[in-house]
Amino acid sequence: MNAPIPVAPLSLSGPALKVQTVRSAAGIEAWLVEEHSLPLVAVDFAFDGGATRDPDNSAGSAYLVSGLLDEGAGDLDAEAFQGKLADHAISLGFDARRDDFHGQMQTLSSHRDTAFELLALALNAPRFDADAVARVKSQVIAGLQRQAQNPETLCRKALFAAAYPGHAYGRPEHGDIDSVSRMEPAGLKALSGGLLTRAGLKIVVVGDITAEELSRRLDQVFGALPAGSPRVLPPEPIAVQGLGETHVIDLDVPQTVLRFVGPGPTWHDPDFIAASVLNHILGGSAFTSRLFLEVREKRGLAYGVSSSLLPLRESALVIGGTATRNDRAAESLAVIREEMLKLANDGPSEHEVEEAKRYIIGSYPLRFDTSPKIAGELLNLAIRGDGPDYLGERNKHFAAVTLDDVKRVARRFFGDPRLLVQAVGRPVGLA
Amino acid sequence: MNVHLRQSEAVQPVESFRLGNGLDVVVVPDTRAPVVTHMVWYRNGSADDPAGKSGIAHFLEHLMFKGTARWPAGEFSKIVAGYGGQENAFTSFDYTAYFQRVPKEHLRAMMDYEADRMTGLAFDESVVAPERNVVLEERRMRVDADPAAQLGEEFSSALFVHHPYGTPVIGWEHEIEGLSRDDAFTYYQRFYTPENAILVVAGDTNATEVRKLAEETYGKIAGTGATPLRKRPAEPDPRAARRVALSDPRVHQPSLRRAWLTPTYLSASDRDEVFALELAAEILGGGTTSRLYRKLCVEQEIAAGASAYFMGSMVDRAAFQLSTSPRPGTEMDKLEAGLDAALATFLAEGPSEVELARARTRLVAETIFARDSQSSLARIFGSALAVGETVEDVLSWPQRIEAVGRDAVVEAARRYLKPDRSVTGLLLPSA
Repeated sequence: MNAPIPVAPLSLSGPALKVQTVRSAAGIEAWLVEEHSLPLVAVDFAFDGGATRDPDNSAGSAYLVSGLLDEGAGDLDAEAFQGKLADHAISLGFDARRDDFHGQMQTLSSHRDTAFELLALALNAPRFDADAVARVKSQVIAGLQRQAQNPETLCRKALFAAAYPGHAYGRPEHGDIDSVSRMEPAGLKALSGGLLTRAGLKIVVVGDITAEELSRRLDQVFGALPAGSPRVLPPEPIAVQGLGETHVIDLDVPQTVLRFVGPGPTWHDPDFIAASVLNHILGGSAFTSRLFLEVREKRGLAYGVSSSLLPLRESALVIGGTATRNDRAAESLAVIREEMLKLANDGPSEHEVEEAKRYIIGSYPLRFDTSPKIAGELLNLAIRGDGPDYLGERNKHFAAVTLDDVKRVARRFFGDPRLLVQAVGRPVGLA
Repeated sequence: MNVHLRQSEAVQPVESFRLGNGLDVVVVPDTRAPVVTHMVWYRNGSADDPAGKSGIAHFLEHLMFKGTARWPAGEFSKIVAGYGGQENAFTSFDYTAYFQRVPKEHLRAMMDYEADRMTGLAFDESVVAPERNVVLEERRMRVDADPAAQLGEEFSSALFVHHPYGTPVIGWEHEIEGLSRDDAFTYYQRFYTPENAILVVAGDTNATEVRKLAEETYGKIAGTGATPLRKRPAEPDPRAARRVALSDPRVHQPSLRRAWLTPTYLSASDRDEVFALELAAEILGGGTTSRLYRKLCVEQEIAAGASAYFMGSMVDRAAFQLSTSPRPGTEMDKLEAGLDAALATFLAEGPSEVELARARTRLVAETIFARDSQSSLARIFGSALAVGETVEDVLSWPQRIEAVGRDAVVEAARRYLKPDRSVTGLLLPSA
């Protein structure tokens, strides 16, 4: 037996990033992290209003718009626009997430003139040419067909439909084949006009660019967008529905995909930090979680098993799951339930809480080791309404969590043993 | 993909050296974030599995987390998690690699442990059966749940008629079921030696520090005096076009793939051919400006997607692969005829200068973007050295790509992308 590796003191200071707030002449604001050691610029931004604010009969329309902004803009048709991107190795992409419409641009700093010019065109003058719309629609539909019998996708869609019946959070973000087939260029163009506005816009830039230059670029790209108002009102707040229910979709595969949800904390819930510690103990990403040890290591029931907090803007979940052979699916679910109940009834140990806090605090710098990761982390802070000073405070919040805090949130979130469970496969013995 | 490094403030040149026991070391300094990526690569992968023991390289990778004489199972994972670190491992055809990403002050602890695990693995029979079940669940998740993955296995078996690249990395199910503790230890003792390993450290460190720490940890392991030999049957040159089709009721979106065997950087008698094939793949199927995407998706409107894949960094043989899927409503015959015609035109006429210049720009730019990520760099250098390339090969890759002329691309494509060398794979719905 060797001497244990000494426990290192925890550093509570956050990542050593200098975040500048840059405001343009037209009043556009962005956070900037200057980093001139590599000739790269990364831009990350989000418009208020994502896929969950699609009109009821056009689920998937924001997602379709996200695929069309780089398919021709201004005087450039799709071929010319994408040719210019490719000739300068500029990466530009959009995505309709649940609560926001997200954009990303990465360029070599030597090509940034072209990159900002193309980004400005994509946001201010997207064309929605008929042939491009038909092409991207066919790609979205092909994607939906490809996922049609995928157990993971089936499970996730059914789970959200049951958790949020009749609510925008229950609809598939990419829409369905019917809704996508109905979409036409004029409607998509109108939708993008209401979506790409300065209301609620958040921007983060990381890399080889000065504040003075960024200030000009912000006006070039975002300055002419309409002031706008949020796209439509956010969905109504909703609590997770269907607790206590277990749904099974029959699929002829040897393995059952299992997913469960229960209520969780929103970002601004005072228990969010303690609940993050609790979740790490239950099913977080390290090879030390209770679910990993009980389901995988001890019993060999599954390759992957995990849980996470999923805070949405108007709701919040604890979500988890695994994939396990059909004849042992009931056993896997029982083990998961038992671990949640044990945490609610007995709480974790003091040691587990301290180890979880050490992990969460110690791993924070790993989230800031590339430009896109830095930009993404900062953008998430901006979206949820925190300032850059949160970087320096975050670890102190975790350090302050006590065993009693974690016991309390375990009772609060896991005390009610009812979960909503969705299974896909041929599980044996699952209701 | 390889990388272009340029000296700058925070990102210093890569350094490499060899310890007295034969362990190769590569250091990639990047001081922008106070974290390090620590990897050990072994020059053995699934293609080195003994006959009848497919999956042993991957199974051993799992068992490497089951403890050593010094550290009982799970102890080191707790330490890594307590530091906020991330850890994992992966197995490919030519190598197996283990890594941790941690705050920089914990580098020595990682090296101490990984050195211990190189020769000190110790576990008893009781962990073998549950872990074998974990691997079987992993196989069910990756393959049995996905008809496209099942076609992929059959496709590779047809492409490689004799060489073990035609066997799945994870192994065939019936052979995984028979893998034992003895199989694992026999394999471990053959391959897990300092001469067969490469240490890669990327991040906030330098060669002086890494050399000192490596001498104190890995340097204590006695060399065996020889590098273990890979013993693999050689693949004969193909002479007949082959077709593989898989029909499944779960397939709603069909697809088509076609591949040809080619030389690799390591095995080629003329390396220039392999650089030329990299460019051919980028021109034919790299993104939405590529030849196949323009012809099939944009001009003829018969495909939803079209792409190419080529990975020349293998030990024995590489596969050059084209993939496409139909627009909903397009017959597969028509799609295949379109692919045949587009390829025939490319082989007859070659690329335009614009296409060639664009492909060079994009491939070289990828190497600059890669410099932003210490974990990407660690993987690039580790995989290159693991297949037998050198640090210099990685560093000179962009210049070699820049130097490829149009004639070389045409000649390499004509030599290898011939019908009677091809395998075509079809993923189809059930009739």
